[in-house]
Amino acid sequence: MTEYRSVLVLGETEHGRLASGSRELLGLGRTLANELGEELKAFLVGAEAESAAPDAIACGADEVYIAHGPDLARYNSDVYTAAVTGVCQEVSPSIVLMGQTSIGRDLAPRVASRLGASLSTDCVELRIDPGSKRLVQVRPVYGGNAVATVVSKAYPQIATVRPRTAQAPEPDTSRTGKVTTVELGEIEAMVNVVDVVRETAEGVKIEDAAVVVGGGAGLRGPEDFDMIGELAAVLGGAVGATRQPCEDGWVSSSSQIGQTGKIIAPDLYLAIAISGAPQHMAGCLGSKFIVAVNTDPEAHIFKMSDFGIVADYREAVPALIRKCRELKSAG
Amino acid sequence: MNIIVCIKQILDPEMPPAKFRVDAEARRVVPPEGIPLVVSPFDEQAVEAALRIKDAQEASITALTMGGETARDAVKHVLSMGVDDGVILSDPAFEGSDAFGTAHVLSRAIEKIGDYDLVLCGRQAADWDAGVVGSIVAENLGLPVVTLARKVEVSGGRVRVERVIPDGYEVVDSPLPALVTVSSEIGQARLPSGKGIIMAARKQVPVWTADDVGCDKALVGSAACRSELVALVIPSHERRGELVEGETAVEAAESLALRLRQEGAL
Repeated sequence: MTEYRSVLVLGETEHGRLASGSRELLGLGRTLANELGEELKAFLVGAEAESAAPDAIACGADEVYIAHGPDLARYNSDVYTAAVTGVCQEVSPSIVLMGQTSIGRDLAPRVASRLGASLSTDCVELRIDPGSKRLVQVRPVYGGNAVATVVSKAYPQIATVRPRTAQAPEPDTSRTGKVTTVELGEIEAMVNVVDVVRETAEGVKIEDAAVVVGGGAGLRGPEDFDMIGELAAVLGGAVGATRQPCEDGWVSSSSQIGQTGKIIAPDLYLAIAISGAPQHMAGCLGSKFIVAVNTDPEAHIFKMSDFGIVADYREAVPALIRKCRELKSAG
Repeated sequence: MNIIVCIKQILDPEMPPAKFRVDAEARRVVPPEGIPLVVSPFDEQAVEAALRIKDAQEASITALTMGGETARDAVKHVLSMGVDDGVILSDPAFEGSDAFGTAHVLSRAIEKIGDYDLVLCGRQAADWDAGVVGSIVAENLGLPVVTLARKVEVSGGRVRVERVIPDGYEVVDSPLPALVTVSSEIGQARLPSGKGIIMAARKQVPVWTADDVGCDKALVGSAACRSELVALVIPSHERRGELVEGETAVEAAESLALRLRQEGAL
């Protein structure tokens, strides 16, 4: 009879530092572990992952696992699936948390399949059921039109968590913890990553920008992204888009904001010619202020915004650019 | 080149949000009046990926779907797009299956079809949005799997996939047979052609039951679910929705900027 104990977080690292989403997972994992009276553990992956171990401990981990054997420097689905499965078999956690990231989305179903685990993806809230001690998972469905609450029946209980929904903790460097090496041996891969192509412009990442201006399906041509870009520049922000302009090739898909794109939470989000479909809104609900420009007074976006104007963007946006420039220079 | 595409029929995800209804007691969505059932858009894009391969080389495409009475319309739709054959998987035993149960049925059906080089799926069903069935099918069949494809090319017994990553894409190479899940970055799926609609009407679409595919009944249906749905509600994300007025668009825009400055948003 397998015993499942502890909360295990998959910690993604970049250049030896914990990814911000993984810090959020540790914050959430610590809360869940405390409720269960169990330990919080982290399995760190990425090049120089061991450098992030002290930070993981400061963020709440009692034990950090580093794998020895497989090459985990760059994501490979087969290698990571086998490595994470191996660590889960060794640790036997009751809960496994991964980010709803490019890695987590790919890894979670494969690992769940190998472990006979339960799985909920894109969770916005996790808590422990006080009676059964099972994991309660809350996740948007139907593009965000509804929210489902689900309780696991199989172990381990795997959940991928939407970025920016959990709180990253204040690191406590006085915390102590163990660093354990897991011997996994070399892992064969069937697939191989042969090239990586960057498509985003240099500069502030859309997820980190304080201001984002988004263009939607209401834009009439790709050249309209010039004025979107100009407005973003005046406000010191980044450019985003809904799925349609990305699919049409008007702007890079890495600009897509939404459930299957980027999740942003800027201080100010300007939604230009965007109707406000739930799949898109899922990506910007965390924004402090949402402002809409749309010609249709009935557009759903207006209900989801703080401010809006019913106007044609081709007249409104140039005027906004001028006025914002004026206000910025006046100080 | 034999390609299998898994498709799911769902409520139109583009429906006006105001029309969306949930029966909280029964924990299910109430299909609103006049909202059609459609092929999940990512699955349509998986079909498009298959058709692009067929545009470039000799290929035969079979659509697989797990569903009930209305599933036939979904199959006819993709047949009209240019898919060659379709199979419906239908059995009371399948009802209430979760992703693992669904993947088991699809896997058995794929094994029954037998001769295939590539399996394509949408990255997620645009209703339940889990995004896991494709990968679980690959695990069941021991196939290499590449997710989030924006481009799929086959040649020399291998598949080359451009896989979406946050800042661009990575190029992943895999031997065939393989399973690939397709993302919206692949671009617009083609519309059914007139000729396609006529050809589709003539096609016979067999229905396979749990016994036909040799499904393990302990792995499907509600009893096999690895999680339990305990609540389904419509969330409220409404904000104040203050409309800033103006005689002209220019005036409104200028007033908006001032209003935002007032609020400390600018």
